[in-house]
Parts: sequence; structure tokens; C-alpha cells
Amino acid sequence: MSQPIDENMVRHIGTLSRIELTDDEVRTFAKQLGDVLEYFDKLQQLDTEDVAPMAHAVELTNVLADDAPRNGLSTEQALANAPQHERDFFRVPKVLGEGS
Amino acid sequence: MTRTTNISKVTPVVGLEIHVELATQTKMFCRCINQFGDEPNTHVCPVCMAMPGSLPVMNRQAVAFSIKVGLALGCTVPEYTKWDRKNYYYPDLPKNYQISQYDLPLAAHGVFEIPLESGETKAIRVLRAHLEEDAGKNIHDLPGCTGVDLNRAGVPLLEIVSEPDMNSVEEVLGYARSMQRLVRWLGVSEANMQMGHMRFEPNINLHIEAGGQTYKTPIVEVKNLNSFRALERAVAYEISRQTSEWKADPEGFTLAKLGKQNRGYDDNTEKTVFQREKEEAHDYRYFPDPDLPAVVVDEAWRESIAGDIGELPLARRQRYMDAYRLAFQEADALTMDAATGDLLDAAVAVGAEPKRCVNLLLGRAAAIAKERDCTIADLGIAAGQLAELATMLTDSNINATSAETVLVAVIEDGGSPAEIAEVQGLLQVSDTGRLEVWVDEAIAENPDAVAKAREGDKKVLGFLMGQVMKKSRGAANPGEANKLLKQKLGG
Ligand SMILES: [Zn+2]
Repeated sequence: MSQPIDENMVRHIGTLSRIELTDDEVRTFAKQLGDVLEYFDKLQQLDTEDVAPMAHAVELTNVLADDAPRNGLSTEQALANAPQHERDFFRVPKVLGEGS
Repeated sequence: MTRTTNISKVTPVVGLEIHVELATQTKMFCRCINQFGDEPNTHVCPVCMAMPGSLPVMNRQAVAFSIKVGLALGCTVPEYTKWDRKNYYYPDLPKNYQISQYDLPLAAHGVFEIPLESGETKAIRVLRAHLEEDAGKNIHDLPGCTGVDLNRAGVPLLEIVSEPDMNSVEEVLGYARSMQRLVRWLGVSEANMQMGHMRFEPNINLHIEAGGQTYKTPIVEVKNLNSFRALERAVAYEISRQTSEWKADPEGFTLAKLGKQNRGYDDNTEKTVFQREKEEAHDYRYFPDPDLPAVVVDEAWRESIAGDIGELPLARRQRYMDAYRLAFQEADALTMDAATGDLLDAAVAVGAEPKRCVNLLLGRAAAIAKERDCTIADLGIAAGQLAELATMLTDSNINATSAETVLVAVIEDGGSPAEIAEVQGLLQVSDTGRLEVWVDEAIAENPDAVAKAREGDKKVLGFLMGQVMKKSRGAANPGEANKLLKQKLGG
């Protein structure tokens, strides 16, 4: 059995995802996510004894590009959709603490 | 004071994560230029800005560079490797996740031999090396806001994680510097500290033996150190801080009670500082990136990269000490980069005496390289030029001082050393007839000195030799001239 989804976990996931949730939404999502996981529990009942673990859902491999530069966007284009910019930087609220 | 504070032994236990920016032409998932120091947001595109609908395509060279480092570190490079999303929010991370490798890294379980001051080496185990993308840069000195520059976003970053096998500040620095030398040697990174090409995150704790017991202090990870000095100071500070914290509370200040902690580093005070973190800060919710297919590294690819690695710095240094009979310092200086040793080896291969070449390379040439902040090889001396000049020394066609002058001319203007020496009148004169002219003049012009010399005054003999050299403008073969001078004085 997978870990049941309770309301606290939904709030935690909301915080991690920077989403504000009302109490109603927390209840709704707890139920919905619970249903989804229940479905996966059903899959767990399959016999997978002889099936190799799958690391990736896509069967393709080695989709690789040559290391050759191509033009991107101009600074003006890059900043065009930003809500705010300061000189040629994207402008965001002051970040405190360590910057890297 | 409790009994347990009678410490009989303190062993620092340090592991190191090193982030190395790879010197690819383009970023990891898009073909924007990978270049430091340009105007903000000039190397950006929909992929590295995380525009909806854009898709990443892996840079083949970034993968190849990572495999090269992995193999040079003696790691296993598994056939199957994939990329995962590490989810967190920060303004310099436009996708709100970093593409990294979680459970199937490109390289794992290697060993890196590092030199110690004693001349011995120590094997440091490498846990893993994985390829991930760098974030952009937050600029904090704008008025009332933070600015974000995404030129660095998506630049390939190799994270090399060691086992906690280092037991002193010296070993940590030795490991870090050796890694810098290695990645430069392999040509996979400029590893320029000023440009942020290398960043360090040491984790440090102490094993303290006291009162017949071993105590382990909490493991501290110091984030984001970007110079060797910061690395050195941070580790040294943690060793002393943890020692005194443990002394104050031997039962409480332990790994079992406090676990792992993160600390930052303050460049001004050269101390580590406590960092308050949100509880969920490390809940990264890794999962396989559905946009990036896995990479299969087959035997042929791995072999072709392995064949490209060649002799590594430690092996070459040992060979220079054994085969060329060089001192440790000389061999070390010549193996800071690959190209300088290649130059030496090529000159020796065409018949030059190794020691003569080494003296030439480590004299004025090394000084000029240092002034120009480049490698000796970057000075552009060709193997043929070096061999020619070294052979002139061996054959006594030039003296050591003049050879340095010729070498500087070669570095500055190019050309054949023999011709330069000829034109500048620097060829050494061993011919007795020509030497005799200078010796006779020196004797005739300095009767007092000659008299003293005949009485056996060695110092005056040196003075007279100096006069001969001066008259010859440094061209006289000192050995021959000295013989002749003594002969005439001894009469
Ligand atoms: Zn881009």
C-alpha cells in the first residue's frame, strides 16, 4: 500500500509548489489524489517478478545534439514578456540570504 | 570538566563535492553560447528561459566530457544513465526544477590519487560524478530588487562527490587543486576560479577519542565556496569550532543527537555561519525527466573517449622524475598542464637533452608565463626551437645566460635559435685564437690585479675572468677562457 494522502500532506505539497490552498481545496485534492494513488495500488497487484525495472517511460535513447552554437533571442526579446525588468535584468522581489 | 574532555585524538573527516563548469561551446540543453562575463541575458533562448512548449536536447560534448572525467578518475561508467528533475524554487532557476541525475549518474566508484607534501600520495575514493545544469545568476546590488541574468542558466556542470576520505586541511586542498589540474589537463574545463568555474562544498565532522570512547560531531556541510582560500579557511574553522563546541557539551554535540547541518561561509570574517533553513528545503521530489531520453554509453563510445585520455598528471610527474631525473619541484611545475610536458617530450624525442630543456623552460620562460598568467606551452615555443637551443647548450655553442636571451627572443619574435644567436653575436667562442685576444687584453689592462692573482688571490682571478667575459660580451666559453687565463697567469 502506498502512503495515504491526508490533508496535511496536501498542504505540504501545496507549500512546496508555492500554491495557496483553501480548506475546501485541501479536502477536494486529498480525495482526488487519494483516488489516483488507489488506482496505482491496483497496479501493484500485478505480478512483475520477471519484469525489469523501468528507469524511464520513453524508449528512445541518445537523442543528442552537436555542440555548435545557434542564435537565441535578443535581450530585448528575452525581456519582452517579463512583468518587470531592471536594465537588462529580470526584476524580482529582493532575495535575501545567499545568492549564487 | 568531565572525564571525556581529555581528548587523546581528534581526526577530521572531510568529504568534498566539487562543481565543475564544463567548457562546452554551448549550454547543456540548448545551443546558446556557454560564456562567462557577457552582458546580462545575451545568451538566452526559449529553452534556457523555460518558455512553455520548449524542449531540451542533450549536448553530446557535455556527456563526453563527463565520461572522460569519470574514466580518468577510475570510475565505472554505466551503460545506462538518465536525468531527473530536482524541484525547488529560486529566481535564478526559471523552470522551477534543475535537471540533474539522481539514481543513475554517469560515473561512480572511482579513486583519485592526490599528492601530499611528504611526497607520498593518498587515494581518495570518488563516490559519483553526475552531470547537471547550472542556474542563472541573481544580482543583489540593484535598488530595491534582485536582478536575474540567465546567461549561466543551463550551462553544463559536473558534480564530483568524494567519499569522506580526507583527514586534514592539507588533504582537502590537495584534492581540490589536483581536481583543478585534472579537469584542465583533460581539456574539459578552464577551471578558472574567478569565473566561478569551480565551486566547493565540503562536509566536515570530527572523530574525537576521549576517555576510551570515540565521539562523532555533527556533520556540517558548508555551501558554495568559490576559492581555494575560502575552502581552506572554512575547513580549518569548522575543525576548531567543532572541537570547542564538543568540549563544551561532549554528550550533546554529537552526530547522533544533532545529525547533519548546513552552514554558509562569510568571506569577510573567514568563518562559517549558521543558516536557518525552511523545513521543506530539501524535499526535492526527484523524478525522471520525461523530456530527456536516457543515454546509453556503449563500449565503442567509452573506448574512444578512454583512448583520448593519455598520460595523467601524477603518472607523468613520476616518469619525469624517473626517466629525466628531475627534482620533484621541477617535475611538478612541468605537469601543471598537459601541453607544457608535451612540448618537453617532443623536444626530447628529437634528441635534446631533457635536463637542458627543463632548465630552459623553467627559467625565463616560466617567469614570462607567470607574468602573462598563462602556461609555458602558451608562450608558443616549438619543440624544434627548444631542441635546437638545448643542443647548442650541450655542444657548448652558447652559454646559459645567452641561451636565456635567445629564448626570450624566440618567445617574442619567433625564429631559429641558431640564427638569433648568430645575429645577436651570442654564439659562444671556444676558439683559442679568439679567446686569447680577450685574455691578453684583460691581462695587459689590469697589471695590479695580475700581480695579486699570481700571488694566488682567487678573488682577483674571478675579477679578471669577469673582464674577459665583458670583453667578449658574454660570448667567451667560460671553461675554455678560464683555462687559458690560468695558463697565462701561471706562466
Ligand atoms: Zn538557451
